[in-house]
Amino acid sequence: MQNGQLKPKKEKISRTKIAEQPAGLRVNNFNEVELGYSEDEAVRESSRCLMCKIPKCIEGCPVEIDIKSFIAYIKEKEFLKALEKIQEKNSLPGVCGRVCPQEDQCEKVCILGIKDEPVAIGKLERFAADYAKKKLESGSKAPGAAGSEPGSFQTSDKSSPDANSGSSSKKIKVAIVGSGPAGLTCAGELAKMGYDVTIFEALHSPGGVLVYGIPEFRLPKSIVQEEVEFIEKLGVEIRLNAIIGKTFTIDELFQDGYQSVFLGTGAGLPYFMDIPGENYNGVYSANEYLTRVNLMKSYLFPDWDTPVKKGSVVSVVGGGNVALDSARTAKRLGAEKVYIIYRRSEVEMPGRIEEIKHAKEEGIEMVFLTNPVEIIGENGWVKKIKCIKMELGEPDDSGRRRPIAVPGSEYEIDTDIVVIAIGQGPNPVLTQTAPDIILNKRGNIVTDQKTGKTSKKGVFAGGDIVTGAATVILAMGAGKIAAEAMDEYLKTGKW
Amino acid sequence: MNKINEVIRKSVPAKDIASLDIYNPTIAEKAKPGQFVVVRAFKNSERIPLTIADNDAAAGTINLTILKSGKSTHILCELQAGDTIHDVAGPLGKNTEIENFGTVAIIGGGVGIAPTLPIIKAMKKAGNHLITVFGARSKDGLIFEEKAEKYSDEFYICTDDGSKGYKGFVSDFFSDYLLKNPAKKINRVIAIGPALMMKAVSDVTKTALIKTIVSLNPIMVDGTGMCGSCRVEVAGKTKFACVDGPEFDGHEVDFKLLINRLNIYCEEEKISLEKYRESRKCRMDS
Repeated sequence: MQNGQLKPKKEKISRTKIAEQPAGLRVNNFNEVELGYSEDEAVRESSRCLMCKIPKCIEGCPVEIDIKSFIAYIKEKEFLKALEKIQEKNSLPGVCGRVCPQEDQCEKVCILGIKDEPVAIGKLERFAADYAKKKLESGSKAPGAAGSEPGSFQTSDKSSPDANSGSSSKKIKVAIVGSGPAGLTCAGELAKMGYDVTIFEALHSPGGVLVYGIPEFRLPKSIVQEEVEFIEKLGVEIRLNAIIGKTFTIDELFQDGYQSVFLGTGAGLPYFMDIPGENYNGVYSANEYLTRVNLMKSYLFPDWDTPVKKGSVVSVVGGGNVALDSARTAKRLGAEKVYIIYRRSEVEMPGRIEEIKHAKEEGIEMVFLTNPVEIIGENGWVKKIKCIKMELGEPDDSGRRRPIAVPGSEYEIDTDIVVIAIGQGPNPVLTQTAPDIILNKRGNIVTDQKTGKTSKKGVFAGGDIVTGAATVILAMGAGKIAAEAMDEYLKTGKW
Repeated sequence: MNKINEVIRKSVPAKDIASLDIYNPTIAEKAKPGQFVVVRAFKNSERIPLTIADNDAAAGTINLTILKSGKSTHILCELQAGDTIHDVAGPLGKNTEIENFGTVAIIGGGVGIAPTLPIIKAMKKAGNHLITVFGARSKDGLIFEEKAEKYSDEFYICTDDGSKGYKGFVSDFFSDYLLKNPAKKINRVIAIGPALMMKAVSDVTKTALIKTIVSLNPIMVDGTGMCGSCRVEVAGKTKFACVDGPEFDGHEVDFKLLINRLNIYCEEEKISLEKYRESRKCRMDS
């Protein structure tokens, strides 16, 4: 290139940092770690977007949010319009902006990411959701929302003229089993299409893993509640304490007039390691540990009734987000030392990069290439965890290098709480009572990928119950695909 | 019009025991003997499992009979007719295997007597010769004697202090009974009560080679199989009592583990109850 032809260089703006609670402070509370963008920061970050003609980011999003358009609205300070744009595709923006692994999705394919850091799409999505929430709380008239009252954005979906009109007795009834991300999304979509939607939830609060699994410091429960209320405002009824497979069977739902059923029951069955000593007092599944703390609020014991064992040394087994959440929870409950014991090395950890970083800042100690072989007890309580060192061999089916035990390398770690976070499988309570739904050998429901159709007429499924434990946004994508297929089925009767 | 989970009737069949009929037509219609519900009294309350002691599908009610022990059961026992329970989920767990076995002995201890009632009725209806044994610390702790006697072919009472019936534990009584009736063929025993009592009965019947079903009472959270808080060992394998049980073969249960795990939260339970008592005292004072 010749010198004379240099164009005036556009000033490079680096990715806008997000404010966070300092590590030393946040380990003493369950408040959210990331504090979110201010209006100025959001506008600044959105101005980094190149407004690509063919935006790759949209393809990277499992529910194909019109990212370019919503970012353009933020840039113009039309924050509520930005949210409306997101809500066309995504009913849980406050959740997704926080917990999606954007580094593997929208932000992974952002063109800026080739030479620089990608646009902070997730944090902008979160900003839009939080901005509207704040406006709603303050009750002031929102700027930019032309002619709309505060809060009206929540039901402003213009593509759904039937959604809240017409006699409900004429509406076709559909049932959604499970109120996690897949079920909520499917329900929201069907309600917008004009169906009479009922969600059946086994627990006493809706949200699935969003309420019992992901901790408050990563996803405040008030956000989940708001987004569930948004779905309810679309006309969806949520029946709590209703366990399909026990309280009702799927066939009974059909007898009761439901024309189609979506199963979004998730991967709620905890796996244990099947090693000696796993039933000693002080050994938890991550599901139990996190349910006690998040859903039952045992971090507020005795103001809330459910207890949880605190312990001064906590060992968490596993390397995913559930392990990271458990370890960081243990720290906040007052543990002096928290270990994450993972059989592979750091690069293979399936947890989000951001959360691994947060965990390290909070003083969680990572013990890599190590696998527990036995839990040693004393008087019925956990005392030590015996581990063996591992080395990495050839890649396995998952593409990750297979860990192999090093003979004779066993050693013991003193610990008084062990949390097992090695994965979850499908809960069989529902499928046991529906023998006509075909399962694979892992117990997941077999579906047609394009529609979510199961082997039982009128029954669709999606999310972790089909894929095994995956991400919130993939479950939402599956809920959305199924909603469209259910609409098609209900209109045509074709199976 | 009754509200869902409203307490329709309350009685106090013995000291520190409350028997509540709760309006919940769905569960009332579905419940089978041996099943349980998970209950959360108020917004800040914990979830606790309670076995369904009776159900009336026509009236839309289930009966829960509760012994005051910790904070949650204190709260539930103090509810009055017209109050409502925040959450009742169920029916949960597998139901009791009911068929005509021939002769069945049903042994209930303390508040564990309550959930034997639906099993007693069903076993009688199935045509069994029914031997019922109820035990309590003293005669003041006995409940539902008349109801059970009506269905039983043989009916016995035991009290630890001898204030009524046989003096001693139900397990001792049953051991004596077997010795005194060597010709009697008992096809099945069902024992429900404190873990120690179920263990003692299982020990007696193991020597006598009588198949024995016990209803285990481990700590539960969700009650739907998603956490494993209620795990127990049966025949050397880990099982989740909430979905695989709560009834298991008493000869295969690791009772030592069950009892150990029941003590996990002793300290916290004390703190919780103490704080609750304090708050009640303050309210009464003011």
